[in-house]
Amino acid sequence: MVATVTSLGRSGLHDWIIQRLSAVIMLAYTLYLAYFVICTGDLNFAAWQELFASTFMKVFSLLALGSVVMHAWIGLWIVSTDYMPKLAIRMIFQAIVIVMCLALMIWGIQILWSI
Amino acid sequence: MKFSIYRYNPETDKKPYMQEFDLDIPEGSDMMLLDALLALKDQDATLAFRRSCREGVCGSDGFSINGKNGLACITPLSSLKSPVVVRPLPGLPVIRDLVVDMAQFYKQYEKIKPFLIANDEPPAKERLQSPEERAKLDGLYECILCACCSTSCPSFWWNPDKFVGPSGLLQAYRFLIDSRDTQTDERLADLDDAYSVFRCRGIMNCVDVCPKGLNPTQAIGHIRSMLLKNGV
Repeated sequence: MVATVTSLGRSGLHDWIIQRLSAVIMLAYTLYLAYFVICTGDLNFAAWQELFASTFMKVFSLLALGSVVMHAWIGLWIVSTDYMPKLAIRMIFQAIVIVMCLALMIWGIQILWSI
Repeated sequence: MKFSIYRYNPETDKKPYMQEFDLDIPEGSDMMLLDALLALKDQDATLAFRRSCREGVCGSDGFSINGKNGLACITPLSSLKSPVVVRPLPGLPVIRDLVVDMAQFYKQYEKIKPFLIANDEPPAKERLQSPEERAKLDGLYECILCACCSTSCPSFWWNPDKFVGPSGLLQAYRFLIDSRDTQTDERLADLDDAYSVFRCRGIMNCVDVCPKGLNPTQAIGHIRSMLLKNGV
């Protein structure tokens, strides 16, 4: 058993499941957005505004944003533990990633709230 | 046939270097790479490498052969392109020439407790298995610990102290599905961290190089399923 403190979940299984589930959510969101772009004839501000104003899209966007943030946290944490053997560099990198993930989440919520 | 062999003697050499050899192979003979290495050792007696059984059972002569890990004793020269480049197994510290320090590899093997733990009441005679239960161990017990798989795995190169590696995980699964073992839950709990099992990215280098034709990636998948079943 190897102890880790900066990974998102504390167990390997936890991270593994989140990584896969978030990938599915992101795929669904991407496909839905692509479908909207293709099927909307006149893609103007009003159309976008209407799309993102619906509660469904707000929830779906928040879910997708959460997925991106968790997926990035887990993925970059793994990359850093593989390729950054120097402790100081790894710690700084992980701190930046975690702070950015949290900031992006808050920023995203704020944007979606304002629509 | 031409050979290019990795040489390094820490007592006399500052840096490792490749030594070129030329060897006359008798027409029509198909010797194994190990026979050729022994012939090269006649040319230069300082060449050091491990070997023992010379038939792919002991797992001593694992090298990187033309860039792919394998056992020299069961690799026919006819399957190799000249010049044959032989290097020590990648990722482990070199002691001398083709001899590597396997301590880290064995430490991971030790971690998974590679022995039967049965805490139930011992039967009068012996612990019996049905033929079906025994069949589950096929493709697992044959591992000879040659380290070809683990040293071909990038995850093991980067985290040899934390990631158990394909060889150790194949053995871990061998005891996880043994019907006589009573420590399944404890064994699984020991593996449920971000490194031990989950550092495997499924690139299957281990399957590609295993001289015994085993499938560590599949065993790792089974361990993941067992962890999932326990944890969800």
